[in-house]
Amino acid sequence: MSVIDAGRMQEIEARYPEVLHRSFRQRFGALMIFIGVILYGIYAVWFFDLPKVISEAHWERVGIYLSEWVSYDVQPEFRISGDKISIKYPRFSPLGDNPNPDWVKTNPDGSMTVSVSGTSRTVTVTKTQAIVTAHGITIPIDIAGDVPKIVGSEPVPSWMTVYDDNIVVNLGFAGDASISTDRVKIRKRFIGWANFVFDTHSPFFDKPASEVISLIVSGPRLDPAQSNLSLAFDNIWNNGAWQHGDVWTKLFQTIVMAFLGTLLGSLAAFPLAFLAARNITPSRLVNQILKRFFDFLRSVDMLIWALFLTRAFGPGPLAGSGAIFLTETGTLGKLYSEGLENIDNKPREGVKSTGSPTVLVHRYGIMPQIVPVIVSQTLYQWESNVRGATIIGAVGAGGIGLKLWEAMRTNSNWENVAYMVLLILIVVFLFDAASNALRSRLMGTRVK
Amino acid sequence: MTIADTHPNMQSAPQSAKEIGDAWSKMVAKRRLYTGIGLVILLIAFVSSVRFADENNAGHFFDRLPHLFDFLSWLIPKDWADVYRALFDLPSPNGANGAGGEEFNFPLGRVYVWDDFYIPEYFELMIITINVALVSTIIGFVFAVPLSFFAARNMSPSNPIRLVTKRIMELLRAFPEIVIAGLFSAILSIGPIAAIIAVGLHTIGALGKLFYEVVENIDMKPDEGMRAVGASWSERVRFAALPQVLPNFMSYALLRLEINVRASTIIGAVGGGGIGEELKLAISRGFGAKTLALVLLLFLTIIAVDQFSAWLRRRLVGEHAFLLQH
Repeated sequence: MSVIDAGRMQEIEARYPEVLHRSFRQRFGALMIFIGVILYGIYAVWFFDLPKVISEAHWERVGIYLSEWVSYDVQPEFRISGDKISIKYPRFSPLGDNPNPDWVKTNPDGSMTVSVSGTSRTVTVTKTQAIVTAHGITIPIDIAGDVPKIVGSEPVPSWMTVYDDNIVVNLGFAGDASISTDRVKIRKRFIGWANFVFDTHSPFFDKPASEVISLIVSGPRLDPAQSNLSLAFDNIWNNGAWQHGDVWTKLFQTIVMAFLGTLLGSLAAFPLAFLAARNITPSRLVNQILKRFFDFLRSVDMLIWALFLTRAFGPGPLAGSGAIFLTETGTLGKLYSEGLENIDNKPREGVKSTGSPTVLVHRYGIMPQIVPVIVSQTLYQWESNVRGATIIGAVGAGGIGLKLWEAMRTNSNWENVAYMVLLILIVVFLFDAASNALRSRLMGTRVK
Repeated sequence: MTIADTHPNMQSAPQSAKEIGDAWSKMVAKRRLYTGIGLVILLIAFVSSVRFADENNAGHFFDRLPHLFDFLSWLIPKDWADVYRALFDLPSPNGANGAGGEEFNFPLGRVYVWDDFYIPEYFELMIITINVALVSTIIGFVFAVPLSFFAARNMSPSNPIRLVTKRIMELLRAFPEIVIAGLFSAILSIGPIAAIIAVGLHTIGALGKLFYEVVENIDMKPDEGMRAVGASWSERVRFAALPQVLPNFMSYALLRLEINVRASTIIGAVGGGGIGEELKLAISRGFGAKTLALVLLLFLTIIAVDQFSAWLRRRLVGEHAFLLQH
C-alpha cells in the first residue's frame, strides 16, 4: 500500500475531519474489546485449570486412538510350560478359530519366531529366552529365572520398559510385546478394517472375492436351508464384529427421528404461527402467549425433552422424534410467524375486497407468498436435525448416537467409531446436497 | 376441461386467448397432480416411519401414552419448597424423616468460597456450562473470521485454498460432536475441556459458513479502492472488507453463543461436565425436586442469554430476521 505524504494528509484532514478525529470509543473500543477478550481468556485458563489438564493429558493416546480407527491387531500369546511352547490366540481373534498366520514360524529347534514388522523387528521365543530384534540390535531376554532379565550389560534401550515381573517392548506402530517368565504376549498391528464383510464364523470367511462370487453364483449350497446368496447377505448383515445390520438400522432410526420430528413439528407450528403473527391475528395477548410458548419449547432444550420422553416411552426413536417434535414446534413456530409477519399485505386486501371468507383470504392472499419460505425452512431444519439427532441418541433417545457412545466408552472399538462416523458424514453430506438443491429450486435462486 | 368450458364468455374470445387459457389450465392441472403425488409420498413416508419408530422403540406409543402422565406426576415434588431448597443447597426436612438418601441431600455439593459464603452447586455447574459456551464461541469466532475470508468467492486469495477451506468447514460442521468429545475425554480425562474442544470445532465450521456468506455479499467498491492504491491481500481484508462485515459477524457470533449454551449442556450430559451431567443423573435417578430445580435454572439462564444477545444484536445491526441454525 502506498503511503501518502504529510501535505496530502493535511489536505484530506481538512476535507474529512471526522475520519481522523474520532471519539474515544471509536479509537479505543476495538482495543478494549480485544483486551477484554484476552483477560477473559486468562480467567478461563485459570477457571478450567488448563495447565494442569494439559500436563496430565495423555497425548500419546492421540496417535494410538487415531491409528486404531484404521487398524486392527492380532495378539498371539506364547505359553512356556516345561519344555513345550504352546501358542494361543484370543477368543475373538480377527483371524478366526484356526489361525495359522505365516508371520509366526516354528524353527527346527522348537523355538518360534514372530515377525512383527518384516525381518527387522522380530521376537523369537525359545524355552529359556525371548530374543527381541528391533532398531538394528538384538537383545536376548532371559526368562528361565523368577523374573525376566535382559542379558548383557549394555543400557536398556528406551523402547523397552522393565517392570517387576514383565518387560514391555514397544515396537512402534507395528505392535508391542510383553515378556514375562511363563508367557510372551505379542501384539501385531495391521492397517485396515478386519473382517469388514464376513466375520470369522461365516463360511465365506477368509476366501478370496472370486471364490465367494463363484460360490454365490454357481456353488453348491453351503447351508441346505437357504441359497448361498441369502446366506452371504445374512452373514454380512449380521456380521459379529461390525454389526452392519444394527448400525444401518440405527442410522435409519436417526434419519426417521429427524423426519418425523420435523414433519410433526411443522404440522403443529403451521396453524399456531397464524395465531402468533401479529398482522394476521389482531389480538396482542394471543400473539404474545404463543410467542412465549414457542420460546419455552425451544429453550427447554431437545436434550431435556429427550430425557423426559425416554423416561416415559423408554429408549428408542419414538422418544427422539418426540423431543425433536417439541423443539421444532418452537423453532418452526417462530420462523413461520416471522415469515408471516414479513408478507406483503396487498394480496390479502385484494382477496378480502371480493368478500371472501377468512379461509379463502388465507388460501389465496397468504399461502402463495408463504409456502416457499415454509418449505425451505422446514427442509433446512430437517437437514440440521439429522445432524443434531446423533447427540440426543447418546442420552438414550435411540439412533446411532447411543451406539456411537457405547463404542467409544468401551474404548476398544475405535474402528467401529470410525465406520459410524463415516456413515454419518455420508448421510449428512447427502442431505446437505439434496436439501440445498430442493431449496434453491423452490426459492428460484441457485446457491453456489 | 379447459378454461373456455367453465367460462362461457371465453367461447367468443380470439383463438390466441383460448390457447393461453388452455395452457394455463393444463399447467394448473399438472401442478395439482404433482402436489397430490408429493403429498401421497409424504403420507406414505410418514405412516411407515411412525410404524418403524414405534416398532423400534423400547415402549410402544399407545402402551406408554397413559404413563406419560405418571412421569409428569413423578415430577411434582411432595413439597414444592424442595425445588427452592435444591436450587440453593439448603437442608431439606423431607430428607431427615424417613425418605433420606441422595434425593434430599441438598447441601452435599456446596462450593465454599470463604467461611460461610458458598455458591450453590447448581449455580457453579451453570457457570461452568456458560463458560464452556463462551470460550468455545470465542475460539470459533477467532478461527472462523480468517477462514471465512479464505472461503469467500470474492475475497479468497486462490481457488484451491477456497475449496479446501470450504470442505474443512463442512467437515467440522458435520462431524458428530460427541465423537470429538469422546476422543478428547479419553485423552484429557473427562471434563469441560473436552466439551470446549468439541463445541469449539463445531462452531468454527458453523460460524465460518455464515461468515463467508456475509463476506460474499459485501460491496466491492472499497476493495477496488484498496487495490487501486496497491494494498496487499491482508490490507484489503483489514481495511475494505472487515469494517463492512464486523457488525454481522458479531451478531452471528452472539446467535451462536445462545446455541452453544444449549450445546454445552448436551455435551455435558454425555460426560463433558457442567449442568448437563447433573441433569441427566437427576432425571435418570428420578429426583423430582432436583430435576425441577435444574430445569428452572437452565430455563432462566437460556432466556437471559437469549434476551441479552437479542438486545446486543439489535444494537449492532438493527432489526434483522435471523435463521436459527445448528
